[in-house]
Amino acid sequence: MGENGAGKSTLVKAITGALPLAAGVMTLDGTPRTFRSPVQAQRAGISSVYQEIDLLPNLSVAENICLGREPRRYGLVDWKGMRERARSALDSLGVDLDVTSQLGIHSLAVQQLVAIARAVSTDVRVLVLDEPTSSLDADECAELFRVVRRLRDRGAAILFVSHFLDQVYELCDRVTVLRDGRLVGEYLTRELLRIDLVAAMLGDRHIPRRLATGLRVAGPNEPPYLSARGLTATGIRGADVDLLPGEVLGVAGLLGSGRSELARAVTGVDRIQDGVLRVEGSESSFSGPREAIRLGVVYSSENRRTEGIISELSVADNITLALQAERGVLRRLPETRRRELAASWVEALDIRPADLDRPAGTLSGGNQQKVLLARMLALAPRVLVLDEPTRGIVVGATLEVQNLVRELADNGVAVMFISVELDEVLRVGNRVVVLHSGRVVETLPAEDLTVDSLTALVTGADGDDG
Amino acid sequence: MARVLGHRLFWPVAALLALVVLNAAVRPGFVRITVRDGHLYGALVDILRQSAPLMMVALGMTLVIATRGIDLSVGAVMAVSGAVALTFIDRSADPGALGTVLVAIAAGVAVGVVLGTWNGFLVTVFGVQPIVATLVLMLAGRGVALLITGGFITTVVSPPYKFVASGFLLGLPFALFLSAAAIAVVAIVQRRTALGLLTEAVGINPEASRLAGVRSQGIVFTAYVASGALAGLAGILYSSNIMAADANAAGEFIELYAILAVVLGRTSLLGGKFSIAGTAVGVLIIQTLQSTVLFLGVSSAQSPVFFAFVVVVVVVVQSPQLHRRLSRLSGRRRGRTAPPAQPATRDLEVSA
Amino acid sequence: MTILETAAPARPGGGLNRLLDRHASALPTAAAVVILAVLLGGAQLYFGNFLTPRNLSALLLDHAYLVILAVGMTLVILTGGIDLSVGSVLAFTGILGARMLAAGSSPVVVVLVMVLSGAAIGLMIGVLVQYFDVQPFIASLAGLFLARGLAYVVSLQSIKVKEPSILWLQSTRIQVGDWYVTPTGILALVVLAIGAFTLAWTRFGRTVYAIGGDEQSARLMGLDVARTRVLVYVVSGVCSGLGGLVLTAYSGAGYPRNGIGTELDVIAAVVIGGTLLSGGVGYVLGSLVGVLVYGTIKTIISFKGAEQAWTEITIGLLLLVFIVVQQVIVVRSARRR
Repeated sequence: MGENGAGKSTLVKAITGALPLAAGVMTLDGTPRTFRSPVQAQRAGISSVYQEIDLLPNLSVAENICLGREPRRYGLVDWKGMRERARSALDSLGVDLDVTSQLGIHSLAVQQLVAIARAVSTDVRVLVLDEPTSSLDADECAELFRVVRRLRDRGAAILFVSHFLDQVYELCDRVTVLRDGRLVGEYLTRELLRIDLVAAMLGDRHIPRRLATGLRVAGPNEPPYLSARGLTATGIRGADVDLLPGEVLGVAGLLGSGRSELARAVTGVDRIQDGVLRVEGSESSFSGPREAIRLGVVYSSENRRTEGIISELSVADNITLALQAERGVLRRLPETRRRELAASWVEALDIRPADLDRPAGTLSGGNQQKVLLARMLALAPRVLVLDEPTRGIVVGATLEVQNLVRELADNGVAVMFISVELDEVLRVGNRVVVLHSGRVVETLPAEDLTVDSLTALVTGADGDDG
Repeated sequence: MARVLGHRLFWPVAALLALVVLNAAVRPGFVRITVRDGHLYGALVDILRQSAPLMMVALGMTLVIATRGIDLSVGAVMAVSGAVALTFIDRSADPGALGTVLVAIAAGVAVGVVLGTWNGFLVTVFGVQPIVATLVLMLAGRGVALLITGGFITTVVSPPYKFVASGFLLGLPFALFLSAAAIAVVAIVQRRTALGLLTEAVGINPEASRLAGVRSQGIVFTAYVASGALAGLAGILYSSNIMAADANAAGEFIELYAILAVVLGRTSLLGGKFSIAGTAVGVLIIQTLQSTVLFLGVSSAQSPVFFAFVVVVVVVVQSPQLHRRLSRLSGRRRGRTAPPAQPATRDLEVSA
Repeated sequence: MTILETAAPARPGGGLNRLLDRHASALPTAAAVVILAVLLGGAQLYFGNFLTPRNLSALLLDHAYLVILAVGMTLVILTGGIDLSVGSVLAFTGILGARMLAAGSSPVVVVLVMVLSGAAIGLMIGVLVQYFDVQPFIASLAGLFLARGLAYVVSLQSIKVKEPSILWLQSTRIQVGDWYVTPTGILALVVLAIGAFTLAWTRFGRTVYAIGGDEQSARLMGLDVARTRVLVYVVSGVCSGLGGLVLTAYSGAGYPRNGIGTELDVIAAVVIGGTLLSGGVGYVLGSLVGVLVYGTIKTIISFKGAEQAWTEITIGLLLLVFIVVQQVIVVRSARRR
C-alpha cells in the first residue's frame, strides 16, 4: 500500500527486472538473483501484470497467452496446441472465453484476466499484480479476486499492489506500507486497524496545521463566482460545488475518487455530460479550456510535464503563453512588455534561476510549478483550479506554493486546491469537499475537521459506503 | 567565440561556407560575378535563382513540421498550380498581356491555398495522421494536374510570365526577390505576430497548449494552408522557368528535398522549435551541393546518391541513441568514474 | 461468470456477431473484397465483355511486380513502419540487372545480385530505424534517394535485355483454356504464398504483428523485436529486388526512371487491402486484393478510353475513404478499451 509517489510502482519494476537495482540484494528461494530484464524474471518464475495491460489488442486471446513461448511443430507455430494451452490456462482460472477472439474486443476486466492467464500459464511462483483493479468495477473486481484466491490456494505467492483499502482488506494476508520511497512497516491484515493503516500511508507530519495569514471563511450569503449543480462527466457523478471569491476550497479524496475529474469538468477541459455550470449566476457551458479562460476560470494540471510546462520554450515564453493565447495571434505582446511581465512574475514568485531565456524544462519541479502558476496568474484569473500543485516538489517549495495560494485567495480569487496530502488540504482550505467514488460525500468548513476525521471521510471508513 | 560555436545555426552556416570555399578553390569561376547588360551573372547568382522554388516549399514545410506534421503533397500542389496558371494563359485571348499573367499567378496560388486547406481539414478536423492525409493529395494531385493540361505538356509564349523566373530587376534575378520576399513575409508573420510562439508551443506539447487556451487546431490548419500557398507559388516559378506545365516532372522529389532542407536547418522532425533562417541556409546548402555535384561531372539525375549520404549522416549524427552509446563508451574509457550520461536533449549541438 | 456477461452481453444474432468478433481485424480486408467484386461486376455490366479469362489473367500479370512489392510493404506497415524506397530499389535493381546482362554475366548471378542489393538497401533502412531511432519515413527516404541515384549511376538510358532466360519469365505462357499465367505471375503468387504463410505460421510473422500492436508488450513477451524489425525492411528490399526482376522481364528492359511514385501506389494498395497504417492489423492476401482493385480501376479507365490520370485520382479518393473508415475503426476500438 501507499499513496501516489510512495514508490509502489518503482518497487514492482525493480522486482520484475524492468529497472536495475541501485543497491541491495534480492533472493529467490534463498539464492540471490539479479534480473536484467522482465523476460529473465519471467523465466525465473516471477510474472507480473501491470496497471496498463501489456498485451497485444490486435491479436487473439490464445496468442496473447502463449506468444513468446508458443508451442511449435517443425519450427512452425502450432495453432492447435496453442489454443489448447490457452484454453487450459483459462480453465485453471475458471474463466470461459473464446480463445480465438481478438483481445481488443474484450473489456479491460477480461483483458486483465487474460494477462493473469498469461502470467500463470508458465510455472509461476511469484505473481505481481500492480494496481490491477484501477479500471474495474465492483463485479469485475470480485471476479478478479476469485481468480487470485484460487491461485493463492494453488501455492503461488502474490504481490498485490493497490491503494484501495477495501480491496487490500478483502484479499490480502499481509500488508507492506511504503511512503516516500521507504518502508514504513509490515502488518498482518487482520491485526491492523483501517485508521492505523491510513496513518501509516499518509504519515503524521509536524507542520503547523493552519496557515496563519488572513484566514477567512465566506459568509453564507456571498454569491459564488462559479457554481456547479449535479455535474456529471467522466469519473464524477452529480457533483455540487461552489467556488467563492476569496476562499480556498480544498478537495480531498483517494486516487480514483474523481479529484482530477472534478477539476477538469469545471474548467472546460473535459466535456460535461450532465448538470449545470454557472459563472457569476449565468449558466454557461465551456466548449474547451479556451472559453473557460475567457471567463477567468483557469486550470493547472497535476501532470506538470505532459500537460503543463512546454519544456523547450523559455521561462518567459511559458509564463506569457496563456496570456498571449488569450490575446490572439495578431495582438502579439511587445517584446519589452513581455519580458517585463515575465521578469516581474519571476521576481514575485521567486523563480530560480531567474533566467528568462532558460528552457523551462530544465528548472526544478518546484520552479516549474511556479512558472505554471505565473502563467495562470498573468491572466488575472477569477477562479484558479490547482490539481496537486505541490506534487513532487521539495518541502520548502511546497510551503511557498501554499502561502502563495493563500495570498491569492486573500486577494479575492476563488481557488480550488486538490491534494493527496490531507493535512495540506486542511491547512490551505477554508472549506473541504470530500469525494468518494466520483461523488461529493460532504462539504465542510476546514475548522470542523481534523486529519483523522477527514481521513475517515476520505476512506469511507465510517462504513456506510464500500 | 563560444557564443558563435554554440549558436543553433553555427554548423549549417559552417557547412554552407565550407561548400562555397571548396567550390571556389576547385573552380575559381565559382565566386566570379560578371555584369552583362546590367545583369549579374555567375554560379552564385544561379544558385540563388534556382533555389527559389525549393525555398518556397521548404518554408511551408518548416511551418508544418513545427506543428509535428509533414506535407508530402507539395510536389503535387506545384504541378496543379503550374497547370492551372499555364492553362489559363494558354486559353486566354492575349497570353502576353500583363493582366492575364497576374490573374494566372493569382489562380495558381489560390489553387495552392485550396489544396492546403484540404490537407489542413483532413489533419485537424478528421484527425488523420499528417503523412497519410497528405499522401492522398500526393497521389491524386498529379492526376488532377494531368487532367487540367489534358495529358499534354502545355507550353506557352508569354514574356511577362517568363519574367517571373528568368527576368531581372535592378540587375538581380526577379526570382531572388520573390524568394527573399517569401522568407521575409514568413519570418515577419511568425515573429512579429504571436504565430511563431504559439506554433512552437503546439508542436512541443499539444495538450499543454490546449490547456493554456491556445487555439491549436487553428494554428495547425494555418500551417497547412501556408504550405499550400507557398507550394502554389513554387509551382508558378517552376513552370515559368521552363515555360511549360509538366504534370509529372513539376516538383518531383521536392517534398523530400524540402524535408531535408528543414532538417539541415536544425528544425527537429519531432516538431516544436523551428528556424526560418536555418531552413533558408538548408536550402542553399542543398542547391550548392547540387551545383557542386553537377560541376564534378555527375549528372543531376545521379545526385540523389550524395543526398542519401547527407541524410544518413545528418540523422545518424542527431540520433539520441548514438549519443547515448558514445557517452557510455567515453564513460567506460574514463574508468566508469564519469557522471551518468546526460540525457541527450533535442537541442544538443551537433555537426550537421 | 458475472464478468464475462458484462464483457460480452448476449446479443441477438449471436452467430454473426461471434464471427465478427473473431474476425474483427479482417473487416477492412473484407470491405476491399466487396469493392473489388463491385468494380468487376459493375465493369462487366457496363462493358459486357470485361470478365473474360484473358482480361482477368492480364489483370494479375500486368501487376505482378506490384503484388511482390506489396507483400514486402505489408510486412513493414504491419510493424507500424513505412518503406518509401521500394519504387527506387525496383528501378535500381532492374537497371543493374539489365546492365550486367548486357555485359554478359550469367543470369543466375544477375538475379542473385539484384536480390542481394535490394536486401542491402533494406538492411541499411532497418538498421537506421532500429539502432539509430530514425523515423521509418526518413530512413526509407534515404533509401529512396540512394537507390534512385544509383540507378542513374548504373545508366542514364534504358538498357534492353536480350538474355533469353530472363525474357522467358514473361514470354512463356502456361495456358488453361483461355486462362494463362507466366512465370512472372507464378513468382508473384509464390512470394504472396510465402508471405502469407510466414505471417501466419512462424514466430517471425507473429512478432511482426506483435510489434505493430504494442512494441513494449512484444518485448515483455520475450519476442525478438530488434531482429524482426530489421528483417522486415530486408524482406521489403528483397521483394523490391524481385519486383525489379519481374518488371525487367515484363518490359524487356531496365530503365532508371521506372517506379517513380510506385511506392505510393503500393502503399495505397496495401491500405486499400485492409492493412492499418498504424500497424498490427492486415493481411498480405488483402494487399493482393488491393493491387487488383488498383489494376481493375486502371483497366476500366483504359477500357473507357478516359485519361489515365483518372486512375491516380480514383485511387487517391479510394485511399481517402479507406483512411477515414480506418480512423473510425481505430477511434471506436480505442473507446472500447
